[in-house]
Amino acid sequence: MKVLKSILFLIIALGLALPASAFAAPLTIDFWHAMRGPRGDVVEKMITDFNASQSLYKVVGTNKGNYDEVMNAGVAAFRAKKQPHVLQVFEVGTQTMMLSGAIYPVYKLMEDAGMNVDWSRYLQAVLSYYMNADGNLMSMPFNSSTPVMYYNTDMFEKAGIAPLSKTVPVTWDELGEITKKIVDAKIAPAGMVTAWQSWTQVENYSAIHNIAFASKANGYEGLDCELKINNPQVVKHITRLKSWADDNRFMYGGQKYQGPQAEFMAQNAAIYMDSVSGIAKLQKTVKDFKWDLAPLPIEAGTEKPQNSIIGGASLWVLNGHTKEEYKGVAAFLKFLASNDMQEYWHEQTGYFPITIDAYESLKAKGYFNANPFQAVGIDQINRAVPTRISRGLRLGYFVQIRNIINEELEQVWNGTKSPQKALDDAAARSNDQLRTFEKTYK
Amino acid sequence: MIKRSFFKSKYLPYLLIFPQMLVTLTFFYWPAIQGILQSFLLSDPFGQRSTFVWFYNYIELFTDPLYLESIFITFTFSIAVAAVSISLGLFIAAMANRALKATALVRTLLIWPYAVAPAISGIMWLFLLHPSYGIIALAIKNVMGIDWNPVLYGKDAMAMIVMASAWKQVSYNFVFFMAGMQAIPKSLIEAAAIDGASPLKRFWFISFPLLSPTFFFLSVMNIIYSFFETFGIIHTVTQGGPGGSTNILVYKVYQDGFVGLNLGSSAAQSVVLMSLIIVITFLQFRFVEKKVQYGG
Repeated sequence: MKVLKSILFLIIALGLALPASAFAAPLTIDFWHAMRGPRGDVVEKMITDFNASQSLYKVVGTNKGNYDEVMNAGVAAFRAKKQPHVLQVFEVGTQTMMLSGAIYPVYKLMEDAGMNVDWSRYLQAVLSYYMNADGNLMSMPFNSSTPVMYYNTDMFEKAGIAPLSKTVPVTWDELGEITKKIVDAKIAPAGMVTAWQSWTQVENYSAIHNIAFASKANGYEGLDCELKINNPQVVKHITRLKSWADDNRFMYGGQKYQGPQAEFMAQNAAIYMDSVSGIAKLQKTVKDFKWDLAPLPIEAGTEKPQNSIIGGASLWVLNGHTKEEYKGVAAFLKFLASNDMQEYWHEQTGYFPITIDAYESLKAKGYFNANPFQAVGIDQINRAVPTRISRGLRLGYFVQIRNIINEELEQVWNGTKSPQKALDDAAARSNDQLRTFEKTYK
Repeated sequence: MIKRSFFKSKYLPYLLIFPQMLVTLTFFYWPAIQGILQSFLLSDPFGQRSTFVWFYNYIELFTDPLYLESIFITFTFSIAVAAVSISLGLFIAAMANRALKATALVRTLLIWPYAVAPAISGIMWLFLLHPSYGIIALAIKNVMGIDWNPVLYGKDAMAMIVMASAWKQVSYNFVFFMAGMQAIPKSLIEAAAIDGASPLKRFWFISFPLLSPTFFFLSVMNIIYSFFETFGIIHTVTQGGPGGSTNILVYKVYQDGFVGLNLGSSAAQSVVLMSLIIVITFLQFRFVEKKVQYGG
């Protein structure tokens, strides 16, 4: 009896063990990201597709909160030697990641894994934000967007203003007249609002007009860079916005996007500058008026406006894993860059496709004709070859620097400081941060 | 006769306090010491480099005019919160202490706001007072004609976070004042009433002095609350803005350390914050407590 029992046990054990050994357990690739809600679902779908496409690796995606929280989780995990393979980090953390000594540069990962990637087939305005000074890609662009100008077409019609072009930007002078007409005719309480004021009105304003935001090619060429935002052009731009604020052509709605977006949706402002990633939200929520998109305005007399710069996040590969696992990471990144995934990503979230092939393929399918909103941002980043100044910003403690710029601009809007003084102070305070950063990484 | 127990072993007392010491050392002293060490270092977040820089982080802090302003803002904020919440708590307690119908119900309801998390309290006040969609804000702007805009004006923002922070703490103060008042012997009040003292006089000359231990305790607790626990309110309502006008010390520690990953500066700020709280509490015990009358 006892013998029979143990034989039975053996059979069951074998039966259980067999299927497991028949399929060798796939290697797990951990991917920590900041995508939640509908975007999180899209990321999850892409991961599921990758896992279904092959059997060697299994990517496990985990949402670790918002951008700050994901970066902190990555830092804490790295210190505890429990880091994920892939970490999504927002664009302002680029410099910190690049110098961290904790990363496996993506260009090298792809080379080592024997994947020949033709980086010239990627959107250069997106790629250049994440390249080092030698032009090598350090992290994989993931979600990228750029600011554009939304406007209320009903209000424009009422004021007798023709709809704006989707490719040729209006000048700031023209925008001044447009907002004046709208405010004077009492069509809206305010002319324009802007989200992320540092990103849209200082960083992108500088890039579009090819004005250095910081010395050393915006920090790409050295940690000893200094902020240059107190230059005459930017001061003039902020002075103009302040004078608009005084006669309601500009209304300050807060540092992030929630306040300004609420003002635009409540029809308290006719024009709203924010990332293209706001399209989906407006399409879903705005029912009582029609709106459209236009590129960001430029200064009169700008011969050829530069590309605008991107915001968003990229995927960093962290050190400390096995060669086999890195092969899986490379395969995953390559999979994400495939046409199918990029088109799906763009259609679902509005973030840019990162390859020219995916862009061309969408174009060939007539996607941009059916969704003219989506073309505005892409055309804006592709309208020129990025220069050393318009390719992006590479600053240490960039989070604090944006904070400083926000604080100083707010003091301009509420009349505590003159634009020149505020931007001088912003530059001086930011330079202190940059020096501390430089000292840390020496 | 007083009963005394003696233990023969010399080591038993140490053994008995050992668990408590262990908890205190691991959860209070160890992190505090780590923080002090970190404040003398410049290190990258990933822990690959660390340089000992003496007082560099402190010098950077105290030469930053905005940091000094942040200290000033913190004091203004905490004094305002303590003053508003203690006086309102006392007022409500004095009212609720008088015989009422449904006393138990009223008291229970008055304690509720304390159960609300600071972040939620912040969001609720934001919904009331936000210049774009706040119901009360629209009333202030349209009916009273005041240019209320906490997104733009520092003073408005400060008023908003003081209200949101004090509102929550009123319940807490209420409970303690209520208990304090219940402990005052009825005979004292009745004697004064017989002598012809009005309710206001009875309150001012009898209840108020007898509540001084409660006052003292609450002032310490409210200051500590406004220094640390209001983080959730600042985070949801103003994020330190506009123009840094509501950037209290604890929020700056979070901004620089957690979001900005400048660990050295953040640690130095924590040390400053810790010292401030130690000094304030010491001063309160040293000078204010002397004036407190314990017992009737």
